[in-house]
Amino acid sequence: MKSFTYERASTLSAAVQSAQRPGAKFIAGGTNLLDLMKLQIEAPIHLIDISRLGMNTIERTSDGGLRIGAMVRNSDLAQDAQVRTNYGVLSRALLSGASGQLRNLATTGGNLLQRTRCSYFYDLSRPCNKRAPGSGCSALGGFNRMNAILGVGGSSEARNVCIAVHPSDMAVAMRALDAKVETISAKGLTRVIPIADFHRLTGTTPNIETVLLPGEIITAVTLPAPIRGQQIYRKIRDRASYAFALVSVAAIVDVVGGKIRSASIACGGVAHKPWRIAAAEAVLVGADVSADVTTTRNVFTASANALLAGARGYGHNDFKISLLRNALVATLAEASSRKAA
Amino acid sequence: MPDEFTPDAEDGLRDRVTVTRREAIKLTALAGAAIATAHLGTLAAGSPRPAPAPSRTANASMPVAADMAPQRMAVALQINGKAHSMTLDTRTTLLDTLRESLGLTGTKKGCDHGQCGACTVLIDGRRANACLALAVMLDGTEITTIEGLSKGDQLHPMQQAFLTHDGFQCGYCTPGQICSSVGMLSEAAAGMPSHVTSDLSLKQVTLSDDEIRERMSGNLCRCSAYPNIVNAIREVSKATPGVQS
Repeated sequence: MKSFTYERASTLSAAVQSAQRPGAKFIAGGTNLLDLMKLQIEAPIHLIDISRLGMNTIERTSDGGLRIGAMVRNSDLAQDAQVRTNYGVLSRALLSGASGQLRNLATTGGNLLQRTRCSYFYDLSRPCNKRAPGSGCSALGGFNRMNAILGVGGSSEARNVCIAVHPSDMAVAMRALDAKVETISAKGLTRVIPIADFHRLTGTTPNIETVLLPGEIITAVTLPAPIRGQQIYRKIRDRASYAFALVSVAAIVDVVGGKIRSASIACGGVAHKPWRIAAAEAVLVGADVSADVTTTRNVFTASANALLAGARGYGHNDFKISLLRNALVATLAEASSRKAA
Repeated sequence: MPDEFTPDAEDGLRDRVTVTRREAIKLTALAGAAIATAHLGTLAAGSPRPAPAPSRTANASMPVAADMAPQRMAVALQINGKAHSMTLDTRTTLLDTLRESLGLTGTKKGCDHGQCGACTVLIDGRRANACLALAVMLDGTEITTIEGLSKGDQLHPMQQAFLTHDGFQCGYCTPGQICSSVGMLSEAAAGMPSHVTSDLSLKQVTLSDDEIRERMSGNLCRCSAYPNIVNAIREVSKATPGVQS
């Protein structure tokens, strides 16, 4: 690990001021940043400890939603009674991620900012456009079982191509829930970023993963008032526990009188951000799910195909296309058939 | 191995090169120590930090091409009920503090990247990977390690259960398994659900074997003593208030 100076921020404004220093970085739970610092993939020269700034409560908002402080630990968020009751998909997503020990350290803000686990991003002996833009992508012709099938764009020869995926489960559930990310900048300006716009696709700058500006800090994540419907988080991975998703599906499906009234579907493990496509949900709205199994299944498959529009594999991860299609159909079938809670 | 120590058979250097691998490592270590001492001297004299030298690493992701002098800071930790004050390099993890600074080697270093759970300790009563926590960030917290679980010669019930059920083979992961399971039972008693909990609305946790396995998935055992580890934890869970089994 490279040396750094350490500062325990006592106020939010002091923290964002210090973040103007070159090479400065915030640290909260540290579970991802310290890992990367040990490998010198991250080498901040000034660390600003924001873990004692409060921002660790979960509160009702005036519109009936929830405001989750950026420092709320993943385990506390998963266990919160309101989250378990009204936002089960979020609780489920959190509990499917990492381990008990890591969830006790990891924070809400940090989870959103965690970096990809692409093995070539971690392998300093190999080129990686995310770690060192312009050096090339080793995953393209390499072992890319865990990599993206959606949202890459351009050809394999495009400048700074990157097929990394965002590793978070929590963010996928938040995407299905239409969460918003609240931030504050060094100048004290606050803004609210819909989670759909928070993470970026790789484009030609795969090293830039979110729309946060230098020194801007996440203060909270807000959820809208509870959304009606069955909430499911289905995660498919190589081990039964403690592994990143190959694909995952966060679904909120409301069925009334045998017909789908609303559907919100986001997917993880397949792109550089949680993947959600309006057309895939439009196919579902109004669909009669009390009809025979074949008809219903055809609707779900059509929805899955709409979500997978433009999907492509890179060899080892070709299977993810059919895996995600099957996961979507199975999740939609489960969500539509479950009795209302 | 550095090139200068590679014997070159063609010009007969093989006979003349007398630096062994071990000596080379020693020399490198000495050179490192000399540099470190120089840094300390500079800092002690109150001088500004030495001008950053250009980085020799061609890694473009590094934000600033400079190696800074290490910063040392005072840290106070309450470890196993005893207050410890020390001055540490800011880079020091809790794991290295325990093992290297305090000689508490019961906490094991496995992967050092949060993947194996061998370093699991309790921070303010909650289980965490000591390898992924900076000691300076924990100033003022209470840490419980495997050494702090027993009361004198009286083993913690979980330690005794691991012995009774032979919940280990080589034993390297065992301190982490035991600290993790103690933290896990506290979580279960507080009603924390898990990935395999069927109903999120249940206030009381029923610790089936599947629940124990899921909740302990952050602790790997390369000897695969898992069945006996589950047996040990199950026994203690039966005597844990607030937990059903």
